[in-house]
This record gives sequence, C-alpha cells and structure tokens, in this order.
Amino acid sequence: MSHRLGQKLGWNALGLVVFAVMVFPVYWMISTAFKTNDEINGSVTPGWVPRHPTLQNFSRVTHKAYFWTDVKNTVIVVLVAISIAVVFAFLAAVALEKYRFTGRKFFLVLLIGVQMLPGIGLIIPLYILLAHVPLLHLNLVNHLSGLIVVYISAVLPFSVWTLRGFLMGIPKELEEAAMVDGSSRLGAFFRILLPLVAPGLVAVSVFAFIVSWNEYVFARLLLNDGSTQTITVWLANYIGGEKALDWGGLMAASTLIALPVVGFFLLVQRRIAFGLTAGAVRG
Amino acid sequence: MGATAEAAVGRPRRRPLVWRRIANGSVPYLLVAPVVLVLFAVLAYPIYYLVRISLEDFTLFTLAKGVGPYIGLKNFSSVLHDQVFWHTLLRTVVFTAVNVTLTIVGGTLIALLLKRLWTPVRILLTVGLILVWAMPPVVAVQVWIWMTNVQNGVLNYVLTTLHFGNYDGHNWFGSPISSLGMATTLIVWGALPFVVITVYAALSQVPHELVEAAQIDGAPSWRVFKDVTMPVIAPILYLLTCLSILWDFGVFTQVYLLIGQPAIVPANYVMGIYLWEQAEVLDLYGRGAAISILMLVIVAAMSIFYVRRMVRTAEIT
Repeated sequence: MSHRLGQKLGWNALGLVVFAVMVFPVYWMISTAFKTNDEINGSVTPGWVPRHPTLQNFSRVTHKAYFWTDVKNTVIVVLVAISIAVVFAFLAAVALEKYRFTGRKFFLVLLIGVQMLPGIGLIIPLYILLAHVPLLHLNLVNHLSGLIVVYISAVLPFSVWTLRGFLMGIPKELEEAAMVDGSSRLGAFFRILLPLVAPGLVAVSVFAFIVSWNEYVFARLLLNDGSTQTITVWLANYIGGEKALDWGGLMAASTLIALPVVGFFLLVQRRIAFGLTAGAVRG
Repeated sequence: MGATAEAAVGRPRRRPLVWRRIANGSVPYLLVAPVVLVLFAVLAYPIYYLVRISLEDFTLFTLAKGVGPYIGLKNFSSVLHDQVFWHTLLRTVVFTAVNVTLTIVGGTLIALLLKRLWTPVRILLTVGLILVWAMPPVVAVQVWIWMTNVQNGVLNYVLTTLHFGNYDGHNWFGSPISSLGMATTLIVWGALPFVVITVYAALSQVPHELVEAAQIDGAPSWRVFKDVTMPVIAPILYLLTCLSILWDFGVFTQVYLLIGQPAIVPANYVMGIYLWEQAEVLDLYGRGAAISILMLVIVAAMSIFYVRRMVRTAEIT
C-alpha cells in the first residue's frame, strides 16, 4: 500500500516538474514585463519575482512609434478577413452537407490537401502577383487588402471543414419538419439551421482570429512600412539586429500581444482541439 | 435531399420542370463558388505562375514586367547542382525527424502521465499546457531570445546553478547545431500541448476493463501499453505524426526569427529559410521558384499519407 502511495506521489511530483518547465517561459515573460530594466540588467542573478513591480515598461511600449497604428492595422486585417472567410466557408459547408453534387468529393479532398501546403512555398508568386494584380492593374503590396486576401484563403479550408462537421451534427429531420410545417427552405435555414450552427460559427471565427493575429511570414513579406505593418512584424522588429537591452519593454510588448490570443483561446480551446483533427475524431 | 423534402410535401403543383431542375441543381455550385474563386485566385493561379517563372530568368529587373526570358529547366539544374540545396534538404529532414520524434514521443508520455495524476495536479498541468498552446509563435520567439541571451539569460544561470557545468556567458547561437537545437526546443515546446491534449482524449477511449484484466493477469505495464493502449491510440498518433512532419518541414518563422537575420548563413539554413533568402534577399525569383516547386512536391508527396487517412476516417460520402 505504501509502495503504491509512494509511486503515486512520484508521478504527481513529475507532473509538477513538467508543469513548471512548460509554464516557465510564460511566467518569465510576464515577470520580466513588470521589472525595471535596472533590475533586469543590473545583476547576473535573476530575481524570480519583480522586486519593485512597475508598469513603466507597458507605458513605454505603448508609446513607441507605430504601436497603436500597427494594432489598428492588425485588427482591421483580422476582422475583415474573418467576416468574409466565415460567410464564404458557411455557404460552402451548407452546399457540402445539404446537397449531393458532381465534384463534391473532389472538393472535399482538395480542401484537406490544400490545408497541408506550406505558406512559405507560395511567397514568390503571391508577392509578384500582388505587386501587379493581373487584369485589375493594382499594386497591393503595402496595402492591407493584399494581406486580407491571403488570410482569407489561409483560413478557408479549415473553416469549411469544421463548419461541415457542425452541420453534420444537426438532424435533417429538424429542418424537414420546419418545411413540412410550411416554412420555405430559406425560412427553415434562418430559424432552425443558423441558431444551431452559431457555436460553430463562433469557434471558426475565433480560430481564424488566432491564425491571422499570429501570422508573420506574409505580413512581413507584403507590408514593409512601419505605418502599414501588423503587430507581429512590429514585435519582431522591436530589438532589431543587435539582440539587446530593453528586455523589459520587449516582454511587456510580448505580453500585450499574447493577451487577446490567450483570452480567445481559452474561450474555444475544446472546439479547436476537436477541429484540428475534425475528420479523425468526429467522423 | 431537396427531392426528399418535396416528396414529403407531396409536390403540390407542377412547375416548368426543366428550369426548376436547373435552378435547383445549380444551388450547391453557387454556394461553393466564393470559396472556389478565392482558392483559384490565391492558390491555383499562383501555383501555375510559380511553375511559369521557375522556367524563366526572373530577377529584380524583370519584376516590373512580370515576365522574364524563358530558359527552360536551367533554374532546376542550377538548384539541383548546388551543394547548398542538398545540404539544406538533408538538414531539414534531420531537423524535422528530431522535432517530430520529440514532439510525438514526449507528447504521448506526458499524456500517459496525465492519466496517473491526482485531479488537482492534472487540472493544473492541463491549464498550463493550454496556456503554452495559446502563445503566439512570434511572442514565444522573443521570450526564447531573452531567456537564452549571452549576458543575462536565465537559461545559462539555471544550468550553472544546477551544476550542469559552467554556462556563464555561454552563446547558444555560436554554431549551427546549437542554434537549430535551440529552435528545436522552441518548436517542440510550442507543439507539445496539442499532441498531449489530443492523445489524452484518445486515451479515454481505451477500454478500462481490458487494462485491468491485463494487469490482473500480471502483464508488465509496457505490455499493457503495447497491446491494449497502443492499438486504440495508433490512428490518432498516425495523423499527429503526419501533421507534425508537414508542419516542421515547412517551418520558417521560429527558426528565422530566433537565429536572427545577421546570423542566418547557408550552414544553418532549413528549406523555408533557403527559399526566403533566395527570393527576398537575393531577388532570384526564378531560382527561388524552382526551390519552391521542389519543396512543394516533397510536401505533396508526404501529405498523400495524411490525406488518404483523413479521407478514409472522415467517411466522405
């Protein structure tokens, strides 16, 4: 008995060690954000908690050039991309789930395949094509709209796939019953389908938010001016090449940028976990 | 299903049938049209364009015109005869193999550990993992840069204090192996939560009676894992491994930002960075396009395994 208890204690101790190792970087980011740079750079021995907790890093960072401009840019890009992507994805998901049509299977397989392509492989053609958009003769490099188009396509395959999973869970009988009761197809759609699929729409929107808020490669590629950047590029440029010194500011900025993602993530974590392996887990 | 619904109503009136049929038949196509259009414009056409410029001498000078002189397969032969390409490919394969192995094995072990914890400890660890999962990669890179910096990085301090040796002033970015090793810690750290939580969910489907029966029969725990647990979680591990391979092979952001632009040299290239440097820094778009295509072909070949399994398990009908 005591042997078993000892074993149990051992596993739990190991669990706490794993917890400490995994969470430490996050803790260290937050802890550093509240320290003065004197405390950070003053001694080689790090203090585990801030000795004189201060908000000066946060106020300094938010007054830096372009911080709020770039936050605003990110919010615009993310919101526009999500709204368009979710509407498009929902329409496609309805078609895939409620109709049988030629090319349907091919389209589904294509969606899974497309999802796996690495974005980095397409930087060259997308850069050139957005710099000289064919037919329209536009230059969308350094315009938010170019990035918006890229983000829409980046989140579409996942969104269609996940929303289709949500629609699959809704019994056909509900919709049919509404139509028997005299509702039109459209009426049944708005009164029955839409409310039931609303949690799916929220989950997909949040996922799309996180993906686009976090994106770096295309933001760096397509927007290269301080006033049109997004926030990840702003952060990556914070210390520049020399890797030094304003660690307090860097960690304060990191904390601020991670905050909305963490908040939204906690909101829908369960659904995202399902969504990523949608086909495998939910069938 | 439209037909079923109509049958249920009992077809009240006859309308001009042909027109109705065409109108009804086109509805699903209209619904998928926006997605198809976006994917065509942002994926299909760019891939066609990529193939086209990979056959051209396309550089900064031809950028404005949008078309360069046709040179056939010269870009490909130039890339395939370049030592840097083969070294980068090999490095990327090893880098991917190490990252994926650590992620999948580590993730499975932590998931198994999670099963054995007391509820409060388990909840604590789960919340911690979700917190890590939610960290934006670009933010995580900044934290890594700070933790590993030469002057006062906490990593050197901890390693020295715990008597792993004298790491005072140790530069983790002094050699390609050490730099990429640091990138590995960052990537594996970020990827673990997803694997742990997914495997943990799969573990709950392992029949409890079977495990107990095997234990009563005196099977050692590795046998229980191999013969009872493994068959249940194998399909999900297969998918996770495929996904991790594809993600890690195409990795760019973490490696590029952690090592940092001035320190990026051919000796620490991975494929994504090689490609970026050719196109963005050297403006060799044609040659970069050839590398892109080679990379996309490799990824497409690998993703066949994933797509086939997904198609089968999702029961696309």
